[in-house]
Amino acid sequence: MPWVTRGLRNGVVTSRWPRHADDYFDTFPAAVDVNPDPSVLSLESVEEIDGLCPTGAITIADPPPDGTTNGGTNGGASCGQRLPQVRLDRGRCILCGRCVAQRPDLFSWAPGSDTARLERDQLVVGSVPDTEDNLRAVQAELARRVRSLRRSVHIRHVDAGSDGSDEWEIQALMNPVYDVHRLGIFFTASPRHADILLVTGIGSVGMLAPLQRTRQAMPDPVVVIAAGVEAISGGLLRTSYIGRAGIGEVLDVDIWVPGSPASPFSLLHAILLALGRLPAVHPQDTRAGGKADEGSG
Amino acid sequence: MTARPISRDVGKSHDVGSWRADIFERVANDARFAGLFATSRDTSTTLTAVLVEAEKVIAVDTDLTEDHYRSLTERVPAAFWYERALHELSGITPLGHPRLDPLLLPSEATTHPPRPGGAPARTEGLTPAELKGPTDVSGYGMFTIPHGPVRSGVFESVEYLIETPGEDIPHLNIRPHYKHRGIAKAFEGLTVDDGVLVAERVEGISGVAHALAFCHAVEALAGLTIDEHTGLVRVVYAELERIANHLDVAMRLCDAAGLAVATARFGWHKERVMRLTSGLCGSRFGRGVIVPGGVASRHAQPEPGWAQLDHDLMRLRRDVEADARVLMRTASFLDRLRTTGILQPDLARRWGALGPVGRASGVDDDHRRVRPYDGYRQLDVPAVDSGAGDAQARLAVRWQEISAAFDLLHAAIPTLAGQPVAAPAATRAFTVPDGRGFGVAEAAQGEALHSVEIRDGLVVRCFARSASLHNLALFHDVFHGDIFTDFPFIEASFGLSIAGAAM
Ligand code: SF4
Repeated sequence: MPWVTRGLRNGVVTSRWPRHADDYFDTFPAAVDVNPDPSVLSLESVEEIDGLCPTGAITIADPPPDGTTNGGTNGGASCGQRLPQVRLDRGRCILCGRCVAQRPDLFSWAPGSDTARLERDQLVVGSVPDTEDNLRAVQAELARRVRSLRRSVHIRHVDAGSDGSDEWEIQALMNPVYDVHRLGIFFTASPRHADILLVTGIGSVGMLAPLQRTRQAMPDPVVVIAAGVEAISGGLLRTSYIGRAGIGEVLDVDIWVPGSPASPFSLLHAILLALGRLPAVHPQDTRAGGKADEGSG
Repeated sequence: MTARPISRDVGKSHDVGSWRADIFERVANDARFAGLFATSRDTSTTLTAVLVEAEKVIAVDTDLTEDHYRSLTERVPAAFWYERALHELSGITPLGHPRLDPLLLPSEATTHPPRPGGAPARTEGLTPAELKGPTDVSGYGMFTIPHGPVRSGVFESVEYLIETPGEDIPHLNIRPHYKHRGIAKAFEGLTVDDGVLVAERVEGISGVAHALAFCHAVEALAGLTIDEHTGLVRVVYAELERIANHLDVAMRLCDAAGLAVATARFGWHKERVMRLTSGLCGSRFGRGVIVPGGVASRHAQPEPGWAQLDHDLMRLRRDVEADARVLMRTASFLDRLRTTGILQPDLARRWGALGPVGRASGVDDDHRRVRPYDGYRQLDVPAVDSGAGDAQARLAVRWQEISAAFDLLHAAIPTLAGQPVAAPAATRAFTVPDGRGFGVAEAAQGEALHSVEIRDGLVVRCFARSASLHNLALFHDVFHGDIFTDFPFIEASFGLSIAGAAM
């Protein structure tokens, strides 16, 4: 049996994330950030920036009325100036890189695969108000629902109109590099045995009924993950005659994981976020996104 | 390097009758039928047949004043799905078509054509409706086993209705419409810079090839030439994509055979390819690299350097080829593939079967070799040995293509490493004149073909045809006599993408 011995030839190729930091997890450019200091943004360039993004992920809000301070990361703006507020919706961003190439003063790649979020609003970065309190409530509610799923979890995937790349990335979770079985995560054909519904694609009209049927066949409680910007917002096809502006229009989504498509590590981050099994922030990892660690242990 | 236009229009003087006669004559003279689509304008509709002749891609047009014409399928069987598609999408009826069942739209769709081409869509009221079961095979003892649309593993959604009187498979009904995404309309009104982003998503696992096909169409129209460096960068991404796709097929075949270690090995190798790609450009699918006019300037010289890539690829090649040799000596595996899903050479030729599916049945029209583009003009793409047209032959073709891809990369990369980049091509400003251009690229699935029509700098119609659409219809013809359990092997050995077929 030649295959048995071949399996051992290259030693351990499996990632040790989440127990240990993983270089590919930490360095993968899975998102775009709005740079914290917007002082270079002149009012004249607002229109140019408004039309920059092919999916309308970048928006510019009016400056807050006098006397109020900017929220979020734009807090560093010089006082006294009323600056337009740049926002970037990662739920729409297809990572084309255009904004980073054309306005590196405003946008930059954000390395790190910890891109999944519990609330759709959390995908918007830039000058956005703080939602910590609300988030804690959502997290507690989800934790209550997934309490029984700590050890092993079964996932049913449904393609609701993807471009096909999303499925590759989900399948990759079963290759020996990610090997999610080591974490007690399994994919199942039967919705009756599934705890998590992982949905890709724009929510094409033809898939709505099969998607609903799958959801209804799953025993509650169910966690729904919208994987990739097409599932989150429709992405480039958001105005299609045959799709939806995201599957959130037809399902209650618990976890949003952006990407075009979402990479395997971002998907794994989303699954562990759903289960409350993300580890505490690694010592070398000080990014804000990794702090959803309530359920580690 | 001079530009060599790969396409030409043969004029639009045709009335429908002589249009048909022209197509029939060209097909009789060995032109390959490669597609058919309609462009809806405000007052008329243009029907366009795409034919590939020895040197060129040719478009034959006719203007329709009515909403019907006489079907081509009886004389050109490969028009079968294209006519169903344009019936639904453009509201044109091919009279005498053998079966105008819905293919791409999930409802009684002829009343709601989205009408690609700039005319207003009539899709209001398009609602999800469950289609009735099959009617074409019936009889005592006949029963239907539906596969899908939600598959039993992590797969794209598609429905295969296998109508079987037992273990033999007499007929297969394929329904990709569940995930029709309205791709044609998504292109409309976009700049070419935004259009290429949609092209990358026509068939997400071959986004580089579709981006190239789209860009070739635009570049043909704009009369742009691609410099040597840019052409070779394009080859690097295209070949990495090909290796990843073929490894995916190998992995799925091993999985179907229950070879856990082999599945893991090829899954690991595929992951390595995708990481090499993301190491170069930040995207595991090479997205954002190919742009009209060249490659995005930040990808002209990658961060880790070409020399490192060459080194990593050599190690990867050693591992892949060693595992492939063992696999192709694993008797229990070959038993499942041999004589499974035979595509007869005769049918493959008449149909113009594309990519590895065609090559395994003796039809080899690889654009990289026959009508070279970009960096392939200065590289040597070998012809592959075909075989018996079964699943084993298709896999054997893929191994040859993987080895050839490694050769191409090893030839391209040292040249790139030694070249300083003068001015990245993509930063040149250019305008695209009004008109229509054709572009092709050889994807892992086979020929990706884009017809792009531009008006005032914006896309008014893009027909983006994947090899998956063209080849998937051949599924009908490879099941005869095969037992039910061969299905996963046949499906995997075709290596198609449903997204590309469902459009
Ligand atoms: S990288 Fe994202 S936000 Fe920036 S232009 Fe592209 S899609 Fe828009």
